[in-house]
Amino acid sequence: MPDRGFAAGTGATNVGLHRFAVLLAAATLLLVFAGGLVTSTESGLSVPDWPTTYGYNMFTFPLSKWVGGIRFEHSHRLIASMVGLLTIVLAVWLQRREGRRWVRRLGWAALAIVIAQGLLGGLTVLLFLPPAVSVAHACLAQTFFCVVVTLAVVTSPRFRDRAPRSFSATFGANPLARLAAWATGLVYLQLLVGAIMRHTKAGLAIPDFPLALGRVVPPLDAFPVAIHFVHRVNAVAIAAVVGVLVARAIRSRRPGLARLSLVLGALVLVQIGLGAATVLSRKDVLVTTAHVACGALVLGTALSFGIGAMAAERRRGNVIPMRPSLSGRAAAWK
Amino acid sequence: MRQRVVFLIFGTLTSLALLACGGKKDEDALMEEETAKTSTSAAAPAAPAAASAAAPAAAPATGGATVTGKVAFDGTAPTEPAIKMDADAYCKSQHATPVYEQEVVVNPNKTLQWVLVYVKEGVNGSYPAPTAAVELNQQGCQYHPHVFGIQTGQPLKVVNSDGTLHNIHALPKKNAEFNIGQPFKGMETVKKFDNPETGLRFKCDVHKWMGAYCGVFNHPFFAVTNDQGAFEIKNLPPGNYVIEAWHEKYGTQTQNVTITGSEAKTVDFSFKG
Repeated sequence: MPDRGFAAGTGATNVGLHRFAVLLAAATLLLVFAGGLVTSTESGLSVPDWPTTYGYNMFTFPLSKWVGGIRFEHSHRLIASMVGLLTIVLAVWLQRREGRRWVRRLGWAALAIVIAQGLLGGLTVLLFLPPAVSVAHACLAQTFFCVVVTLAVVTSPRFRDRAPRSFSATFGANPLARLAAWATGLVYLQLLVGAIMRHTKAGLAIPDFPLALGRVVPPLDAFPVAIHFVHRVNAVAIAAVVGVLVARAIRSRRPGLARLSLVLGALVLVQIGLGAATVLSRKDVLVTTAHVACGALVLGTALSFGIGAMAAERRRGNVIPMRPSLSGRAAAWK
Repeated sequence: MRQRVVFLIFGTLTSLALLACGGKKDEDALMEEETAKTSTSAAAPAAPAAASAAAPAAAPATGGATVTGKVAFDGTAPTEPAIKMDADAYCKSQHATPVYEQEVVVNPNKTLQWVLVYVKEGVNGSYPAPTAAVELNQQGCQYHPHVFGIQTGQPLKVVNSDGTLHNIHALPKKNAEFNIGQPFKGMETVKKFDNPETGLRFKCDVHKWMGAYCGVFNHPFFAVTNDQGAFEIKNLPPGNYVIEAWHEKYGTQTQNVTITGSEAKTVDFSFKG
């Protein structure tokens, strides 16, 4: 479908659409937390069937039977269903009201990803949690979260007012955006490595902190130790990149970006603290799950910063139009 | 356009409903389904009665030697923690007194319970699988027995005697993994294992504390120590054998034994705590 610039220059926005995308992003974060709880409590197979739950339609599974590990796994499934439903609504809403073709396509991409994610979740259960499928499930969750965060950012009235004319040109000329891309890439890599750690039971392969097996660099012969150490080294790299990003954002005289960079920096510090606490608490369920969720929050914030960095300063005539409602279009024909 | 959107939403919601599957089912329907599945999985004739899993499987031949012994425990018995069954009110209500983990059970006579003793090497010939099933019962949110042996091809009947739901998740290394749900009291499922292996673990992912172990053998010469730490392996034909004792925490120990006729042999083991 070609782009249709209805009401170009009117500044018409759809705050409801943006808020809905933010709601979906929040629901997705909740879903990541719930998924983290399933892994932390090792409840992934407490419901042995899929898509049914002990033979029941998952939506009619009696509350009285929510016991033990089922509470975590079944809640995860229900929240996932809710996120799926919200994604459908968002995709349709974007299709109807969004003027930018790439944003509409991103909405459908989100729907495709969430469906694939649901199928992967089912596969993990039916195949007894093979690490490859479980890691793919964890990574696709973060990918979905990135897409939803992107949708939440680009549908915001603030971004609409300041959207770049060309993302590629802006990205090339904007050091902050490039730095944010590095940070986002490193955080995504970190989440991938973290997922491998979790699903290969390498979380406590290095049981001490800040040293690693009593040394700065541990022997890396064993895979669990190696992957755990990569996670730690990459955390240092992320902290360094985000540190530079914060410094540059503060110097950029863009108060909004500076504030967001400080939030990102604070989240990275919290995340490193949670990582250390995960090891020192011997993988306490809540600490470990908070570490997973905070990781997603760091990813989302880095991505938001990167997109925000590409937004131009406010200027006239740089407004992305919304498609008018049906009644608006009818009125235009009169 | 509007029609397309309506069609899309309708189609997606229908798919979601189908995905969640089946609509609401009542308890009887689910029980019937499970029974049907059980019948299918039991390729062998239905077991008339459950054999005592703690006892050795019925030996196919008469005669031979009887190997008896005890498994001693050397050291201070570890204090097993009381199981917290707060995750399921039903489980908690089934026990008036504290229930303890069964990983290390030291008997009053300083012997170990739940040690699987079996002939590891030296068995010749083939021993057909008994048709009588070994029963693994889920009662009081615990497995009964905690450790047992079974022959390849012999039916394993898993029973849910609890008024709560369990999943039975087998984690074999040389057999097919399975994870089945038993949401209702009285449900039974029959499974078989084709390949010998020891330390085959069963767990319930709903109730984390539930665990059982099984040894799968292609012969009937195995036994599990009782609350006196004693075991008895009957009808062992003449030959040279390696007898192994396996404990879930303390590992394995082996001893050689030679059988010449129908004598009684004593083989004792000792695990250090």
